[in-house]
Amino acid sequence: MAEMKEAPADAPLGIKLMTWMDNRFPSAFQAYRDHMSEYFAPKNFNVWYFFGSLALLVLVIQIVTGIFLTMHYKPDAANAFASVEYIMRDVPGGWLIRYMHSTGASAFFIVVYLHMYRGLIYGSYRKPRELVWIFGCAIFLCLMAEAFFGYLLPWGQMSYWGAQVIVNLFAAVPFIGPDLALLIRGDYVVGDATLNRFFAFHVIAVPLVLLGLVVAHVLALHDVGSNNPDGVEIKAKKDAQGRPLDGIPFHPYYSVHDTFGVAVFLLIFCAIMFFAPELGGYFLEYNNFIPADPLKTPPHIAPVWYFTPYYTILRATTDPMVNVLCVIVGLAAALNLLKGKGTMAAKAALLVGAVVLIALMKTFDAKFWGVVLMGGAVIILFFLPWLDQSPVKSIRYRPSWHKLVYALFVVAFLILGYQGTQPAAPSGSVLERLSQLCTLIYFGFFLLMPWWSRQGTFKPVPDRVTFAAH
Amino acid sequence: MPNAMKRILLSLLAAVSLLAPLAVAASEGGAPLDRFPKERVTDVVALQNGAKLFVNYCLNCHAASMVRYNRLTDESVGLNEAQIKDNLLFAAEKVGETMTVALQPKQGKEWFGTAPPDLSLIARSRASGDGSGADYLYTYMRAFYRDDTKATGWNNLVFPSVAMPHVLWQLQGQQRAVFVDRPDPHDPKKMTQAFDRFETISPGTLSKTEYDAAVADLVAYLQWMGEPAQNQRVRIGVWVLLFLGLFTLIAWRLNAAYWKDVK
Repeated sequence: MAEMKEAPADAPLGIKLMTWMDNRFPSAFQAYRDHMSEYFAPKNFNVWYFFGSLALLVLVIQIVTGIFLTMHYKPDAANAFASVEYIMRDVPGGWLIRYMHSTGASAFFIVVYLHMYRGLIYGSYRKPRELVWIFGCAIFLCLMAEAFFGYLLPWGQMSYWGAQVIVNLFAAVPFIGPDLALLIRGDYVVGDATLNRFFAFHVIAVPLVLLGLVVAHVLALHDVGSNNPDGVEIKAKKDAQGRPLDGIPFHPYYSVHDTFGVAVFLLIFCAIMFFAPELGGYFLEYNNFIPADPLKTPPHIAPVWYFTPYYTILRATTDPMVNVLCVIVGLAAALNLLKGKGTMAAKAALLVGAVVLIALMKTFDAKFWGVVLMGGAVIILFFLPWLDQSPVKSIRYRPSWHKLVYALFVVAFLILGYQGTQPAAPSGSVLERLSQLCTLIYFGFFLLMPWWSRQGTFKPVPDRVTFAAH
Repeated sequence: MPNAMKRILLSLLAAVSLLAPLAVAASEGGAPLDRFPKERVTDVVALQNGAKLFVNYCLNCHAASMVRYNRLTDESVGLNEAQIKDNLLFAAEKVGETMTVALQPKQGKEWFGTAPPDLSLIARSRASGDGSGADYLYTYMRAFYRDDTKATGWNNLVFPSVAMPHVLWQLQGQQRAVFVDRPDPHDPKKMTQAFDRFETISPGTLSKTEYDAAVADLVAYLQWMGEPAQNQRVRIGVWVLLFLGLFTLIAWRLNAAYWKDVK
């Protein structure tokens, strides 16, 4: 046991109390030092670095408001819709709690997308932060599951038919598909059983995993230290006490800095929540104010905006698109055979693999490959640390034309997102071709990254971070 | 540093502007909706008149099963329980009850071909890219016309072949729709029927202006009923934003005070 500390006899009561606590629960004090007062963060964070703390804030908003919603919500197909309206009308302050939760769901994705984009442009996933990134991707995946399960709960038309469409996607998996979809639904159609299990996943199963992952994400980050807009390792230059020269204690500098970020965020968040909680049908879809009706399919089923880029990828995967993919796979294998490095056996194995893949692509339905691409679009993020082969981390020291590549990716992602909110483009139309092109850009950005990220003339990376005193 | 940021933000902006023409292309088509006079939602007199019209004309076939009568004591509508009991309580016993009707969905289906929808949330669910739900309802309630080919003898410009007859016809009177042949915008060789104007067959008890005002009151009520907290929401929102504005200012200066030491 550690030696008991003793506060001076004439110390104020506060100090005595803290000493008493410190003797009995030193790890709390150690954790405070490790993660707050003696966690050294680079001093050159810019506006992009607000989104991490904001994501944490939204997580807390969602959990707290979610707890209050469960006090009045009824996970029962016969009562769910009316219980949400009961919250909106008869529970004192219920409307506020519900809008906080519904606005929070969209805000979570906005904040997380921007947080991920920050990581992307500054190379925050590069060695030694691969695990920080991977935990982050897992959080994103959990968040998508959480949003999907939660969206069924209001039991409106969009909840119902959105869930129907997404669960049916699993039925496209060869051999086990229909049974898998049945297992997820717990019934032959989305029904009371589905609602109950989605409720269980939404309020306890996924949040538990999510919280664990968030802890792992932050712990891993604090072990390796934060990256910064310059992509310079601040731990490489330390002072006599072993503190990074370009680092400042998280508390108070970044706690006060993030408080400012929180204030600005809440201004926007509350403006939406109080003056436009539906946000033009993007945050709360109009159709979802009609109770779920299993006999009436809405003419236009669109997922909530944060899923739409992936939904468009799914819809873009038509038979002609699969043919294009087959050609791309064939060409890639041929190119590897002619120009690639590695042994002849490896090349041959890759060629055989490509042939098998093409055969499979032509065997199974295009819809299945749409599901594969949709899932792949998220899974591919996990591999980013190894796809990026650029000699520098930050976009600041990459060749200028790399910025165009990022811009192209962002544009493609936004177009995919927008198209997902619209009715499906007619087969063979320009709009459909556009969504297919954007799908290819999305995947091309990642799959060709080992090649393009090495090309061009890189700028010299400074030894120390660039920082102008405020 | 700020240069790179600016460029990234500019590229994002460029991406958004690329999407704008798509949005315009998507919103083409669909009957144009008249704009509902929004200020009526905060007008106590309009909401009370709307509640009267609603209870008298709508709350026979349509229910508003999520709305309690005594919610009309809300300051937006400003009635008291005695007023509700004496003037509006035709279909219920107690003011704490919800606005249900005796008509069963099954009967509705038999008589009209479809069950009359619950109107609690009608103003929220009818919103679309073409306009708010209130715009839709405001146009719809003024777009009934005589059509002998329909079972009810009525048709509607906004909701063609609607199952509902024109319940406010005594107020509005009867009108017929005049259609003219116009070239099809998608195929100039073909002709298509386009709505031109309404013609009065017989006048109602209200003039056109009075009828429009009555419908506006009714829709204001439906809009309020879709979210009874909406006026309170906006009122609280103003104070919350004022507080947050002040808080932002303080947080900004506090941040600057700490960061002036960071060299």
